[in-house]
Amino acid sequence: MAALIRTINRSIFISRMGHPCLALGGSATVAKSVSGSSSERLPDRVKIVEVGPRDGLQNEKTIVPAETKIRLIDMLSDSGLSVIEATSFVSPKWVPQMADQMEVMKGIRRKPGVSYPVLTPNLKGFQAAVEAGASEVAIFGAASELFSKKNINCSVEESLQRFEQVMVAAKAVGVPVRGYVSCVLGCPYEGKVAPAKVAKVAKRLYSMGCYEISLGDTIGVGTPGGMSEMLEAVSKVVPVGALAVHCHDTYGQALANILVALQMGVSVVDSSVGGLGGCPYAQGASGNVATEDVVYMLHGLGIQTGVDLPKLMDAGAFICHSLNRRTSSKVSQATHCKL
Amino acid sequence: SLGAHEYPEFVKIVEVGPRDGLQNEKEIVPTEVKVQLIDRLSDTGLSVIEATSFVSSKWVPQMADHTEVLQGIRKSPNVRYPVLTPNMHGYQNALAAGATEVAVFGSASETFSRKNINCSIDESMLRFEEVLNAAKDQQIPVRGYVSCALGCPHEGPIDPSKVTEVAKRLYEMGCYEVSLGDTVGVGTPGSMAAMLRSVTREVPCRALAVHCHDTYGQALANILTALQMGVCVVDSAVAGLGGCPYAQGSSGNVSTEDVLYMLHGMGIQTGVDLSKMIAVGDFICHSLNRKTNSRVAQARGSQL
Repeated sequence: MAALIRTINRSIFISRMGHPCLALGGSATVAKSVSGSSSERLPDRVKIVEVGPRDGLQNEKTIVPAETKIRLIDMLSDSGLSVIEATSFVSPKWVPQMADQMEVMKGIRRKPGVSYPVLTPNLKGFQAAVEAGASEVAIFGAASELFSKKNINCSVEESLQRFEQVMVAAKAVGVPVRGYVSCVLGCPYEGKVAPAKVAKVAKRLYSMGCYEISLGDTIGVGTPGGMSEMLEAVSKVVPVGALAVHCHDTYGQALANILVALQMGVSVVDSSVGGLGGCPYAQGASGNVATEDVVYMLHGLGIQTGVDLPKLMDAGAFICHSLNRRTSSKVSQATHCKL
Repeated sequence: SLGAHEYPEFVKIVEVGPRDGLQNEKEIVPTEVKVQLIDRLSDTGLSVIEATSFVSSKWVPQMADHTEVLQGIRKSPNVRYPVLTPNMHGYQNALAAGATEVAVFGSASETFSRKNINCSIDESMLRFEEVLNAAKDQQIPVRGYVSCALGCPHEGPIDPSKVTEVAKRLYEMGCYEVSLGDTVGVGTPGSMAAMLRSVTREVPCRALAVHCHDTYGQALANILTALQMGVCVVDSAVAGLGGCPYAQGSSGNVSTEDVLYMLHGMGIQTGVDLSKMIAVGDFICHSLNRKTNSRVAQARGSQL
């Protein structure tokens, strides 16, 4: 699908550079003038994938009842979002917060035009998800071996084989599958992660049939340089139109990283209402980037999302109240303060 | 390649925590704490630390101890300690107290100017010209600020041409650098780019700085945009000190730690030691009895 793009004129930048520059994404570290043909193109439209009800709530200390989850998802459905990750069909032994997966899936109001994907780690989870009425699923791979072993108890290769089973079953019943790659800009155990490794895993997921690959900066350590390098490597093997970024804001870098991704042609962004979901690897630190803050930036750039920001903030206020916690969204903090 | 951008090799950080930060904190800290803060900042590798403000203590009680602070700090040989001076009176007091660099504060919004410093933009420029003339004679460098560069709490959106007009006046009257401030943090990369495109037609990029507030979480994205457009001076405040006076309880200044993390991650040099900066942030937050606004400090601190 060819997305319409806008061009931002950078010629003024070219003529004004009077000092040494560092060209990222390449090997040059010496001052050089920018090539005349470079121009910045941002997508006209960005799809937000709202992961608050799953990634967000999964990583909150307080467990909320099914009713609250359902209400949250229903409010999000009314805010203009087109994709809301509803729950996870992982064993409640591993993820107690998502134990009410069936109830939630059956309890939510399914708004026409909105997709409600659910996580499925394996065939068993997939079957349970379909039984509960899921019409889209997601599978979760890692770019780091250690993370894969510690997080889902198997190697990257083993996980990919499990996913292939899910893909076969999903194809048979016409259920679209989204693929996630975690640790794309760093791993809590391994440290640096090679862009080539990310590309390898992303390519496997895409080749096996995932319609979209979400690249996750799981611990939020990435910066614009790393994001751009990683996307360069991945976009060589997966079309950029099939890529999404899932940035964590643990080090405050999320919006800057998202901006760079947009500049490189990515037009799907994962985020979490209220910035729900702390970081399990840094107690007390933030995790997911707040949807409100992402939407604010996108709308400020003239990029359409279909999202109604005030309604989104209402959903954020509701869930934060239920969790008895302050929102992590700066936009929400600023807006509510003026009242 | 898909998206190679050019970035400066080096970015100068202008640390405004002791002035802009503390000025906008609810708690007033004693002189001794301010002095300690600045002394600790002097050891982090920063080359510019905005020390205080020679504004009447009636207006800004937090800065009432300006003379004691300026005279109490250890002046590191590689660091400059600019102070705010709204007019000749403040300028003279600053010099008498040992200031060797000053800053003047203009606005791109008429309403903000009137409400904030009680005069029109034109009137403020006349006051600044007086200061600039005296400063030229005494070879005191002067930095200019333009507030509301991306929006005004009273007027709403601000036309980039107005920002350019004010920036140009400050630059032409002799300010060596003009810091463009997103005073209420409402800007986004689009409005930042539009504003800089306009300003850089009249003021050279190398003489520009950006002063982004993080009230809507947009600061780092806005700073990144500015860097992509050739700006290489960034204002920030340790621990993100200084809330927003126009949105009670909201954040204000962007955190120096978070800016450093981004720049260093991109291979851009600053000369500043991030670990030392985090430690200074710990110190001042402890003194203020508040949590840091820096996400980097939160993440690193929580791992201890």
